Amino acid sequence: MKKLVILGAGTAGTIMANRLSPVLDKGEWHITVVDKDETHYYQPGFLFIPFGVYNQQDVIKPKRDYLPSGVELVMSGIELIEPERNRVKLENGKVLEYDLLIIATGSRIHPEETEGMKDGGWHKNIFDFYTIEGSTALANYLKYWEGGKMVVNIVEMPIKCPVAPLEFVFLADWWFTEQGLRNKVDIEFVTPLPGAFTKPRASKYLGDFLDKKGISLVTDFGIERVDSGANKIISYDDKSIDYDLLVTIPTNMGDEVIERSGMGDELNFIPTDPNTLQAKNYENIFVLGDATNLPSSKAGSVAHFQSEVLFENILRFIDKRPLLPEFDGHANCFIESGFGKGILIDFNYDVEPLPGKFPLPGVGPFSLLEETRMNHWGKMMFRWMYWNLLLKGAELPIQAQMNMAGKRQ
Amino acid sequence: MATETMNVTFDADGYLADHNEWNEDLARELAREEGIEELTDMHWKVINFMRKDYIENGAVPTIRRLKKAGGIPTKELYSLFPDGPAKKAARIAGLPKPKGCV
Repeated sequence: MKKLVILGAGTAGTIMANRLSPVLDKGEWHITVVDKDETHYYQPGFLFIPFGVYNQQDVIKPKRDYLPSGVELVMSGIELIEPERNRVKLENGKVLEYDLLIIATGSRIHPEETEGMKDGGWHKNIFDFYTIEGSTALANYLKYWEGGKMVVNIVEMPIKCPVAPLEFVFLADWWFTEQGLRNKVDIEFVTPLPGAFTKPRASKYLGDFLDKKGISLVTDFGIERVDSGANKIISYDDKSIDYDLLVTIPTNMGDEVIERSGMGDELNFIPTDPNTLQAKNYENIFVLGDATNLPSSKAGSVAHFQSEVLFENILRFIDKRPLLPEFDGHANCFIESGFGKGILIDFNYDVEPLPGKFPLPGVGPFSLLEETRMNHWGKMMFRWMYWNLLLKGAELPIQAQMNMAGKRQ
Repeated sequence: MATETMNVTFDADGYLADHNEWNEDLARELAREEGIEELTDMHWKVINFMRKDYIENGAVPTIRRLKKAGGIPTKELYSLFPDGPAKKAARIAGLPKPKGCV
């Protein structure tokens, strides 16, 4: 009996289990999925919790309900991956040998990487919205906040869902307006990047949006530390910014087990072939989702597009065929822009987000790099698609590879 | 600009098109354009590490990588290459403009 082990039952790991389980011969392959947490979080929903659009119940489901019955689920942390010996040591003492390993251990925030971040102000007037704890604590804080200066700060790149911080300030602008509080709130977006976003055209377009909404933008700010006694963030070149409320997007890092196993870069992301998704140093290990070191977005849509390519490549690997270099860095993101509207961007490694139309059979077209109500509904509809189609590995009407149809150069 | 006379090609972002065309004199020129009059030993440590790392790994090292793998404290990096050290140091080292990863 051959053994396939999947580390992580988040978005990427769950999709892979659902795609592979029905196809691999049960007499030949045993699939084991390892995860330490019983709960599956719909992470794109965290963004909406601070503003009362979603609550905790809207974003959690049991992981077991989304995994196929044909796989063995082991609930345990992972102590060590030993790629030279083709085995994984679990925290529960078990050792799993594998013929084929898929790593989908994701990325998490590390506020402790910034000096002073977790001192006095943490979850008092400093919050993240990348965890269920952070976003619900922020919701409670905002309910009673009477206004002041809200600073939203990205500590360093790369981060999971790179558009989320912008969506957060757009939604905050809308929400404070609804509360009749907007004239008592200053919103400042502070980023280490040279503009509002990384890709030039989208950066310009989204930067204009900040302007229009009266949100100030501070660029090239590399935060060194938080002085939570004085409510200030201070940069490496000694610039300082005051806040009353700090919403931080802390350093994102891959799982500690990657570091312990000596398999990652300086942020514990795993060197991965950008097109085949094979681990750079190990031919029987494949990586997808946030765990890779690839310059594609760390986002659910990307994990989904990767899963199509990886599915083919796993089957080809088993059949000893050459791998297909088919992943192109495709990402597709609805950006919530407030007041019931949204913006859609679609891009890959080589093509930055462009304006135009995004054809979607049966539903679309959606407008690209343009604010519309339909894009907002696309975003809201996505939660249903996530639980009912995407996690199950069902075919979606969007190709894995980016398509130029409808885009304007 | 002085670099125009040096017979090398720059890309649309003003970064050296081919890192093999780089040499130390060019680095001094580029540094002056970036407002750094003199390259000290510490500047060279950063530049040399960046070039070596780029050639070995195919990517311009991030500020975190310069700290962790290159042993260059971030605070010091900012004082050596003020206002956007990663971009500035990459240009002087003859490497492409670093991509803020999306």
